[in-house]
Amino acid sequence: MKARIHITLKNGVLDPQGKAIGAALSHLGFTGVETVRQGKYIEIDLDESNREKARAALEAMCAQLLANTVIENYAVELDA
Amino acid sequence: MKSCVIVFPGSNCDRDVAVALEMSSGRAPQMVWHGETAVPECDLIVLPGGFSHGDYLRSGAMAARAPVMRAVIAAAGRGTPVLGLCNGFQIMTEAGMLPGALMRNAGLKFICRDVFLKVERSDTLFTGGYSAGQVVRIPISHHDGNYFADSETLNMLETSGRVAFRYCASSGEVNAAANPNGSLNNIAGIFNAAGNVLGMMPHPERLISPELGGSDGRAMFDGFALRLACA
Repeated sequence: MKARIHITLKNGVLDPQGKAIGAALSHLGFTGVETVRQGKYIEIDLDESNREKARAALEAMCAQLLANTVIENYAVELDA
Repeated sequence: MKSCVIVFPGSNCDRDVAVALEMSSGRAPQMVWHGETAVPECDLIVLPGGFSHGDYLRSGAMAARAPVMRAVIAAAGRGTPVLGLCNGFQIMTEAGMLPGALMRNAGLKFICRDVFLKVERSDTLFTGGYSAGQVVRIPISHHDGNYFADSETLNMLETSGRVAFRYCASSGEVNAAANPNGSLNNIAGIFNAAGNVLGMMPHPERLISPELGGSDGRAMFDGFALRLACA
């Protein structure tokens, strides 16, 4: 089963990289870019056909390693 | 004084800190590889600076889950002093030994230069070689040293005397201009609740003799040797 994991910074955590990307977009002439937040995207192929078990395992992976829950949120998506 | 330095793939300040420990204590530390599952009985454990596992995923994230870290965390729980320098501090926050996180420097650049630090208190094993309020010159060398914690955690650290060092001007004034990386409250190093764990971004091991350009870092290692000599 394929999983897609998005890791994003929590609200209130400053994102200097996102800010720099936003500034660069403005320099290129893109107008209307209000905020940019940068995150991570991870794909995992899991040898597990039970969706509930797969989700539980992936959530545990996020909590224990893939995300730093002091500063980051995570969202797990499973392929249909 | 018996000390151990934990070595991870990508550590690069492990030998520097070994030199500092031997210079002050007269005894070379035991170097312990990250794959070990036990740490020898000792008076001090050091997590050195560097780029463990290439800073993959997040600085310190992989090293914090290394087999040896279970033993380090257990030793810290028994009261063994543990010092984390730079990447060692990042590993400590990733391992949950210290609160908060070290994020990308606010200016996005890797910074390698001397900074001034204000010593917050001298009544600890780690800072006993200094006086409270003393200003010392110590180098920093990092890309991810921007200390972050939620406001509740920050308040707890401040009210319980757990800030060890702050970035400051040469006059000792703690202000935004003297903050190299955006760290909240100019925090450069913090203690755990029990006071036996210190994590700090600056590198005291890099300035331990005038030949190296300064010796303000030496007092930390002399302090260990003095206080842990009979242990």
